[in-house]
Amino acid sequence: MFRYILGRVFATIPVMLIVALFVFSLLYIAPGDPAAVIAGDQASPADVEKIRASLGLDRPFLVRFSEWFFNLLQGDLGTSMFTGMPVIELIGQRVEPTLSLMVLTLIIAISVAVPIGVLAAWKSGTWVDRGIMAVSVIGFSVPVFVVGYLLSFFLSLELDWFPVQGYVSYKKGFLIWLEHLALPAIALGFVYIALIARITRATMLEVLSQDYIRTAKAKGMGQMGILFLHALKNAAVPVVTVIGIGVALLIGGAVVTESVFAIPGLGRLTIDAIVRRDYPLIQGLVVVFSFVYVLVNLCVDVIYTIVDPRIRY
Amino acid sequence: MNLNRRDLLKGVAGLGVAASGLIGAPAFSQSSSRVLKFVPQANLANFDPIWGTQYVVRNASQLVWDTLYGIDDKLQPKRQMVESEEVSSDGLTWTFKLRPGLKFHDGEPVRASDCVASITRWSARDPMGLMIKAIQKELVAVNDTTFKWVLAKPYPKMLLALGKAGTPICFIMPERIAKTDPFKQIEEYVGSGPMRFARNEWKPGALAVFERFADYQPRNEPTNWMSGGKVIHFDRIEWIVMPDPATASAALQSGEIDWWESPLPDLIPVLRRNRNVAVDIADPLGNIGSFRMNHLHAPFDDVKVRRAVQMAISQEDYMRAVVGSDTKLWKPSASFFTPDTALYTENGGDVLKKGPQLEAAKKLLAESGYKGQPVVCVIAQDNAIVKPMGEITADVLKRLGMNVDFVATDWGTVGQRRASKNEPGKGGWSMFHTWHSGADCATLAGNVGVRANGEKAWFGWPSNAEVERGVDDWFAASTLDSEKTAFANINKAAMDDVVYIPTGFFYSYQAWRKNLSGIVAGPLPWFAGVKKA
Repeated sequence: MFRYILGRVFATIPVMLIVALFVFSLLYIAPGDPAAVIAGDQASPADVEKIRASLGLDRPFLVRFSEWFFNLLQGDLGTSMFTGMPVIELIGQRVEPTLSLMVLTLIIAISVAVPIGVLAAWKSGTWVDRGIMAVSVIGFSVPVFVVGYLLSFFLSLELDWFPVQGYVSYKKGFLIWLEHLALPAIALGFVYIALIARITRATMLEVLSQDYIRTAKAKGMGQMGILFLHALKNAAVPVVTVIGIGVALLIGGAVVTESVFAIPGLGRLTIDAIVRRDYPLIQGLVVVFSFVYVLVNLCVDVIYTIVDPRIRY
Repeated sequence: MNLNRRDLLKGVAGLGVAASGLIGAPAFSQSSSRVLKFVPQANLANFDPIWGTQYVVRNASQLVWDTLYGIDDKLQPKRQMVESEEVSSDGLTWTFKLRPGLKFHDGEPVRASDCVASITRWSARDPMGLMIKAIQKELVAVNDTTFKWVLAKPYPKMLLALGKAGTPICFIMPERIAKTDPFKQIEEYVGSGPMRFARNEWKPGALAVFERFADYQPRNEPTNWMSGGKVIHFDRIEWIVMPDPATASAALQSGEIDWWESPLPDLIPVLRRNRNVAVDIADPLGNIGSFRMNHLHAPFDDVKVRRAVQMAISQEDYMRAVVGSDTKLWKPSASFFTPDTALYTENGGDVLKKGPQLEAAKKLLAESGYKGQPVVCVIAQDNAIVKPMGEITADVLKRLGMNVDFVATDWGTVGQRRASKNEPGKGGWSMFHTWHSGADCATLAGNVGVRANGEKAWFGWPSNAEVERGVDDWFAASTLDSEKTAFANINKAAMDDVVYIPTGFFYSYQAWRKNLSGIVAGPLPWFAGVKKA
């Protein structure tokens, strides 16, 4: 197993190389000019040109790429063109809110979606099943920002139960952290709950028709034991896969959620960087996101071996 | 104590779990009247007011850096860091003496050498600064409190140049910082203004914090825009960036923020319904919408084509599309200058005052020999002002019978593409929209849009000797009458040549919690004099 993990970690290197080259090339050919944004609307064309030169944007592609890549190999993601701050510092400032949001969303989503997915499978064909599936269709169909605005309007503005916006670090207290993140996590988790619940239901239905379930019933095992000890464990592999894939969805959803709830996370940082054409920051963020995604996939593969001992690498 | 339902819930929850240490903050919290939470118009992505000239940078910089002069609400430059100035009888030598007791945030006194270095850096970037630099013989510190500026020609607008509100403002920095290349960003944020910048709390895109500078020496006069005593009644001003207007609106209604610089017109009715929120015009000098054409390439290299388009547009259509039906927020203006200011003129603007004359415009377009060349309209879709103007323009051009190539893009791309002098079909452009701040257009200090000095002109590169003659006349003018004459001549010449087409004059709103007092409308958000109950 250890050798497998090590192999997978090394395999990420060529993946990251390709990502780096791809991102750099894309940004090179993409329209937009950070120098124009920095100079401001009143600046003369000559001033814009001078700023472009001072940022090194007038140098050839290969020179710029090799310099960036050489620094990347040394763990230096470069410096933001706008703030003059190291990209790693800017990303570091934003990791906690995004990570908090994603972890809380995952906790909410899994703790709601798996039980209701199991329930829907158990009560298959009944109104309970149909009700859960209908709600999950709504979960798929309603965009994150709509859910966010609705929650914000009713629970924050009307009832005054939660703050409208912002993030407070867990270091300032768990409840105040939770209070600020609850609505964003519920909004972001809505689609995720729908996705996991549907997959759980579908997989459980397949597992519940297996012979060993019938045997367990015949031996007089209780319904909860059958569902959660036998069936769910065997249905877990696809569910874990979906949760892993869903992390990518979460990264995308976090961009919107962070904007709606004014959370200073990586999603907003990405949008800001793209709008301003802050190339080093965009490149740094994409490299980090790619690394996280590769890492999540690795974790998912390792979890497979835990939930299904038959899987060996 | 201002207790809301959430505080109450927190308090109840706190009774149960406080012992477990889960609550870090006090259960019943009271908002501090010494902290101001402000939502700026945009993200403070960099903090060098000379290197980056976005308005948001300027607005934040006025808290941290002080100026030698500052304009008041009559747009007159008043002394700020300067105690006295003296100009020689031939108008060639200016001697400035600094007020005593001025200090930078690092404790060092403000010296004349700091002013010399700051002026040198500013004058490399500012249009008026460049003009002075071109006639500069010497700029030197005489001693720690006095510096001298010797010119080859008189420059009557000297004090306006040093005190104007348009970007870049001549902020005074310590010499070591001001010696930074004007095309490179500074790395230290030390000023002598009323607030110091909390660099360690800066999260670009999210938060910028300014803390009270105890050693600031305000003037004794009452505060008036950029002039007078800048007395700040807060220990801490937090700039909270909120990209989503609906979120900012909700945050203001719930009291999580105190002041929102630029609410969307669509959200104003909602804000007005909240009894704790006040809404008013943000800046009495407003903004001028702009339809900018590329004078280098067909079809707009032909003045007849430009005039045909000028004849066909309706400013009312543009303004209704941009700011809606609230007629208090906009008005037609046949001028390149700011309405209701001393030099405002509509001379030569009859064509815009008459309203759209589509048939006459079509006839003029036919006379020009327009051969159906594509008109590349580069329109930013992510900008609430530019996008509707672009849609109106596309419609007008189509109705005129022009071949419209509508390039829907983002503001960042417009910023790059408009700098291209290539032909429209080869990466260039035919027209784009923008707007100019009324503060910039009240004089020629920052009115880059109306200049017609060819290669050196703003994007579109119009060239017109009469306009430039008027500009020279204004800079040389020493009386109000001669300034008015210069403006009238410029407006007529620029209208005739269609340097650009003003699409109307419009205001924007600002909104704040009613427990704030002392908010004054102006081209910048002024924090001096604002108090929180």
